[in-house]
Amino acid sequence: MSNPVQISKEIDARGSFCPGPLMELIRAVKAANVGEVIAVLSGDPGSVKDIPAWVTKAGHKFLGMEDAGGEVKRFIVRKAR
Amino acid sequence: MKRILVLGGGTGGTLIANLLAKKLKNEAQITLVSASSRHLYQPGWLYVPFGWQDPRALSRSLKSLLNKRVQLEIGKVDRLDLPAQAVVLEEGNTLYYDYLVVATGSRVTPEDVPGLAEGAHHFYTEEAAWKLHAVLEEWQGGRIVVGVGGLPHKCPVAPLEFTFLLDEYLTRRGLRDKTEITYTYPINRVFSIESVAEVAEPLLKERGVKIETFFNLESVDPEKKLAISLEGSSLPYDLLVMIPPHRGAQFLEGSPIADAQGWVYTDRTTLQVKDYPNIYALGDTTNLPISKAGSTAHFEAPVIAEHIAAEIQGRAVDLQHASYNGKVTCFLETGYGKASILAFDYDHPPKPPAPSWLYHYEKMAFNKAYWYLVPTGVI
Repeated sequence: MSNPVQISKEIDARGSFCPGPLMELIRAVKAANVGEVIAVLSGDPGSVKDIPAWVTKAGHKFLGMEDAGGEVKRFIVRKAR
Repeated sequence: MKRILVLGGGTGGTLIANLLAKKLKNEAQITLVSASSRHLYQPGWLYVPFGWQDPRALSRSLKSLLNKRVQLEIGKVDRLDLPAQAVVLEEGNTLYYDYLVVATGSRVTPEDVPGLAEGAHHFYTEEAAWKLHAVLEEWQGGRIVVGVGGLPHKCPVAPLEFTFLLDEYLTRRGLRDKTEITYTYPINRVFSIESVAEVAEPLLKERGVKIETFFNLESVDPEKKLAISLEGSSLPYDLLVMIPPHRGAQFLEGSPIADAQGWVYTDRTTLQVKDYPNIYALGDTTNLPISKAGSTAHFEAPVIAEHIAAEIQGRAVDLQHASYNGKVTCFLETGYGKASILAFDYDHPPKPPAPSWLYHYEKMAFNKAYWYLVPTGVI
């Protein structure tokens, strides 16, 4: 699936267990500028629930989730504030 | 004679040096480098803030715990010289090795969060635990916020244990009704492992502890007494007990064997350091996705000792001790004389039993027996 938004940073958190991928994403969002788009690759099934929930709670924008091969999913987030 | 250098005098370093000394007799020269001449029993610090443990009883001379064949060098590591297979100490002397074991643990870095050092207490160093005791002694009521200021941190269940013990302590002193306790955690449950969160959350609720999840500490305002999160929430407090963020040893930050936070790239089963087959790491030092706890080092040390000893003795490794499966066992104090126990590995999450008196007494016994059993390699 092609992605129309410009991803400024992609984190590879494959092989990391919960809460690894979420914590990696939180660190990246903290370091990013408002408006930037961050993607995180995770094979941890917990991420499907945890990542969108955190993005909503933190007031950022969850742009979507796409398959990235096997069990791995790519989560795309825009820093909104 | 082969030279084995062990960095770190905590549970992992002391145990591995002793195991190697037993296995190799006079076949290798074993040197342990430690920044301190004391070996600290860090799990005991949990009880210090409540006055239930004298901090002086939580350390011993490192020398007294080491096998006589282990040479002890007191000094702080300045840097690794990987091409020369050497470790340079801050005082300037250089130690060469054929095998290196990195067991330098983790350190708290409150400076990573603005205002944290000035505004919060914790119990993750001997001194901080003692200071928190002084504050709790004077406590007369108000708002206490207990939380986790960064993941990963050592002894993962300790903040939960502290919260349960705090509830007990305040109840015993008749101050619980006058105190509001809030527990914060960075992700959307009270603990990273779901099965543990499922046991802990009802207990927190039962004790009237308020829960604030998805709370990633961004800063502390010591003047306004506010803990502020990355998610945009802020919690007012009269006493803030926040586990500071952690990093690996300073000399590892920026080293080719570690990531930016100083966690060493370690193979999950052989415990060999990535790209350096003669270097091993264990305990808090590693980047492995398992607990940063003495128990982890305890189960990892025999694997490393077997690999190094087999290579020096020119024999095949004993398959029974050749790989680490992520085994960790630790207790979870739940207050009022009860505890649960967590036993797990890479493939099997813990199934904590209902808290009971038995596990609490086991933990108390272990805290005392530690000195005779663990660093020396008896168990």
